Order: sequence, then C-alpha cells, then structure tokens
Amino acid sequence: MTAPTTSSSAVSTGRGSGAVTDDGRTVRDPYAAPGALTPAGAQPIVRLLGVEKYFGTNHVLRGCTLEVYPRETICLIGRSGSGKSTLLRCINFLEEPTVGSVEVDGFRLEADPLHGRDRRHREQIRQIRLRAQMVFQEFNLFPHMRVIDNLIAGPIRVKGVPRREAIATAERYLAKVGLMDKRDEYPSRLSGGQKQRVAIARALTMEPSVLLFDEPTSALDPTLVGEVLAVMEDLAHEGVTMIVVTHEMQFAREAADRVYFIEDGQFAEAGPPEQCIDNPNDPRTRRFLARFRDAQFRDVTEPA
Amino acid sequence: MAIGGTAAHQPIGGVERPAPIVEQIAAARARSRIRFRVVFALTWLVLVGGLALGIAATGRVDPEFLSVWAPYIVGGVAVTVGVSIASIIFAIVFATFGALGRLSTAAPIYAIATLYVSLVRGTPLIIQILFVYLALPQFGLSLPPIVCGIFALSFNYGAYMTEIFRAGIQAIPRGQIEAASALGMTQAMTMRRVVLPQAIRIVIPAIGNEFIAMIKDSALVSYVTIEEVFFRASTTGTRFFRSFETLLVAALIYWILTIMFSFVQERIETRLRRSDVRL
Repeated sequence: MTAPTTSSSAVSTGRGSGAVTDDGRTVRDPYAAPGALTPAGAQPIVRLLGVEKYFGTNHVLRGCTLEVYPRETICLIGRSGSGKSTLLRCINFLEEPTVGSVEVDGFRLEADPLHGRDRRHREQIRQIRLRAQMVFQEFNLFPHMRVIDNLIAGPIRVKGVPRREAIATAERYLAKVGLMDKRDEYPSRLSGGQKQRVAIARALTMEPSVLLFDEPTSALDPTLVGEVLAVMEDLAHEGVTMIVVTHEMQFAREAADRVYFIEDGQFAEAGPPEQCIDNPNDPRTRRFLARFRDAQFRDVTEPA
Repeated sequence: MAIGGTAAHQPIGGVERPAPIVEQIAAARARSRIRFRVVFALTWLVLVGGLALGIAATGRVDPEFLSVWAPYIVGGVAVTVGVSIASIIFAIVFATFGALGRLSTAAPIYAIATLYVSLVRGTPLIIQILFVYLALPQFGLSLPPIVCGIFALSFNYGAYMTEIFRAGIQAIPRGQIEAASALGMTQAMTMRRVVLPQAIRIVIPAIGNEFIAMIKDSALVSYVTIEEVFFRASTTGTRFFRSFETLLVAALIYWILTIMFSFVQERIETRLRRSDVRL
C-alpha cells in the first residue's frame, strides 16, 4: 500500500481510525484529515502515487502522492510555476506523467512516457478522462456549437448516450448553473462568467467521478468571479468530488475539505483549510499566504 | 421629435446653433467617402470607355459575326463554371486529406502528403492535364475528357490548398483540442467534430480566392476538348481567322465571371464576420 510521506495526526472519524484495506490492515490516511464528509473505510476516488513530470530536463513535479475521497473538495494552491496546474493536468493525462501512477474511480494507469502513443495506452487514457472531467481556465467552449450542443457532444459521441437522454441530462445541469435561458445561444454571446458556468455544466453532463478545475476564475473579469465560485461552492456542498487549482483563498477556506500547498513540484503543506491557510506550519506556505493577506487588507489596515 | 433623437439641430429660441463637432466630423467623413466613390467610378468609366472605343476604332470588330458566334462562346459559361465548381469541391477533398497528412505524426502518411504537394506544385498544370488525358491511355486507362479535366484541376488545386488548410487547422487554439480530448474524444473525433468545422470557417475566404483563380485556369482544360469558354473562342477564332474578336469576348466573359464571384465571396465573408460563431 501507499507509504505515507508525512502525517500530522491520526484521524478518527467514528467507526475507526483510517481506512481498512482488503487484507485487513489499517492504513493511516497520509494527510490525516479526509473531513467529516468521508466515512471511515471509504476507498479513495482519486489516487496519485509518486507522480513526477519532466518538461525536457525541467523537473516540474517531484513526486506527488495524493488521495481524494468521494464527496471531498480539494484545493491545490501555490505560486505560479509551482506545478499545481501540471499536477492537475497529469490526473487526466493532458500531460503524460513521466513517473508514477494515476487511479481514478478504480481505473488505474501507470505513466508510460515511452509508449504514450500506443493505441491501448490512448484508450486507457480515454477511460481515465471519462471519469475525471476538466474545467479550464480559458473555458474552451466549442465556438461553432450552441450551448446545448457543447453539452451533449461528449455524452453522445463519446459515451454513446441516446440524444434525447443526453439533452435531458444537459438541461438539468444547465438549470443547475442557472443558464437554461442560454440553451440555444452560441458561446460568443455569453459573458466570461456564463461561459465558465456552461463549461462546468459541460463537464457535469459527462457525469464524471471527479471534477478537475484549472484556475477556473483566473481568466475572468473580477466582477464575474463571484457567480462562478457560487456555482462551485454549491457543487462542493452537494458532495461533488472536486480538485480545484485556485488562487481564491476565500473559496478554499469555505469550500475545501483539504488544502494542499505546492512548492517547487512537491506538497509543502497539506491539511484542512483552518490549518493550511489560517495557521500554516511551513515557512514557505506562510510567505506565500502573507502576500495574499497583504493584497487583501492593505487598503484597510495600512493607510498610505 | 426630441424624444430619442439629438436636438442639436433644433433652433433654440429662433437661433440656429452649429452642429456639434462630432457630427461635423462625421458629415465630413461621409462627404469624402462619397467623393472617393464618385471619382473612382468616373475614372473607371473613362478608362473602360476609352478601351472600348479604342477596340471599336480598330475596325476589326464585326457586329454581324459577333451576333452569330458570341452566343456560342457565351454558351461555354455553364461548362466553365460547372467544371470549376466540381473541381473546387474535389480540390477541397484532396486538400483536407493533404493537410491531415501534412500534420500526421505517422512518417509514411506525412511522406505521401509531402510528396503530393511537392510533385504537383513542382510541375506545370498543363502537363498534369495532358498527362491524364494523353499519357494514361497508353497504359489502357482512357477516361472521358470531362473526368480528366476535373481530376487534373482538382488534384492540382488540392495541392496548393493543402498548405492553406494546414494553416487553417493549425490556427485552431490548443485549448479546443484539449477540451475535446478531455471530454474523451479520440483524435479522429476531435478532428472531425471540433477542429475541421472551425478550420473550414477560417479557410473559406481563401477557398474563394482559389475558386476565382480556378475559373481562369479552367481555360486549360480546353486542351482535352472540353467545350468551355476558351475552347469555343479559340476554335471559332482560328476557323474564321477572327481571333481578335473571339478572344476579346472570352476575356470579357472571364472578367465578368471574376467580378461576379468576387462579389459573392465578399458577401460570404461579411456574413461569416457577422455570424454568432466567433472563432
């Protein structure tokens, strides 16, 4: 099983401490705080083991191990260039990890950078992607399709869902993000915030096991960030499993079960937001967060 | 009157106020635009009129001859346009496969596509046309002239358009391909459902240019005895020793066709620009 790299304290969530494996051994959760949403003994829905990534000779990820349990919301924070987006993109193999393994909803795939083009490997990647849908910073809606067609393209073409059924599902999620009235619009007619909400609905319509968000509000006008975060918080509270790369500390504080701080391609700190954001141990985490506090409170606390 | 409109020109208290400066500028711009167009049209009128007069002054234009044979030459327009439309359609097919080949990571496919482009662009169109029409029959492959003409034209234009299509495909943002593959689409599906539909919109103006060029190049298929405009003009001219008149008629026909299709192309481009589908 996984050898925990660090562990702050053993968890106790009612029925027992940590997860029990098939062979009866008790394993402590590496990061100690799966949160109240995670029943003891639950199997992780996402499991990254020793994921490393090189871009050329640039060692971007230096061994990341992460387990995400059903209904959890995980936030990955860190300065730009720290590797957090790369790690997220390794989960659905938009970046092929150089070393390590990825498991999503029981479907496990080893990094295979030398044979990444093989048909079999590509098919396995597709299986992972069906289970881990991604929401991009730049939305990446298909501009030549109406909103509804953006939503049903995946289910119909990829999963083979009958059209009528796909439309029903799509409309349900479109209503969830509050954009039923934009059903037949083209993306160019939507605001940035609306585009991102459609992108979230598109990912949800695939009914994945986990949603991956890659800085979903970074490309948005500040006035439009709120509507997207509101949708994401709703999802988090409804128990959708999510992994979110973000700079929105307020969102992380309110919606995350656990926060991971990435520095130089490794987890420098992990824990519930009260700890990782409000009371970090690692000096690097403190320095990183201090800049956010400065930016947030300077106007109020430091009269020029 | 005042509601919803500017009251700037309304005399207030009986006194005429000058229009605001922005309106004066707009009016001045509009005047100069109109002046430009008028001068443009007059210049054309003078030049084209002078040309027509000069041609008439040669005394070589026989209205009686033209009244009999000009309609015959004009009758070739349907063939010229028909051959061009058929050829551009097949050229689009060749170019699509050519572009996919040029973007392929499979070495043999890339090699074939590259050879196709190199070979076709490196040899004259007229040789390609005659090769299909005259050389292939030596090996027992005799195709009807119309098939030879359309095949050679589309094969040739397909090679030139391959590079246009390749650029169009490469212009699609990476994020589109990532989004499609993140949904679980295969590479082929991504190409067919996401990349090509967007690329085709990008290359439509270029296809229009190629089509206009092709209308004129289609004159070369007269060498395989297709009775299009140029074939009719040249054979009639030679027969009666009246090439001056017949070639003039043919040239005029090509010119008018080009102007017409340029106009259609502009309309299509405007429609594309205005459409909801922004790329």
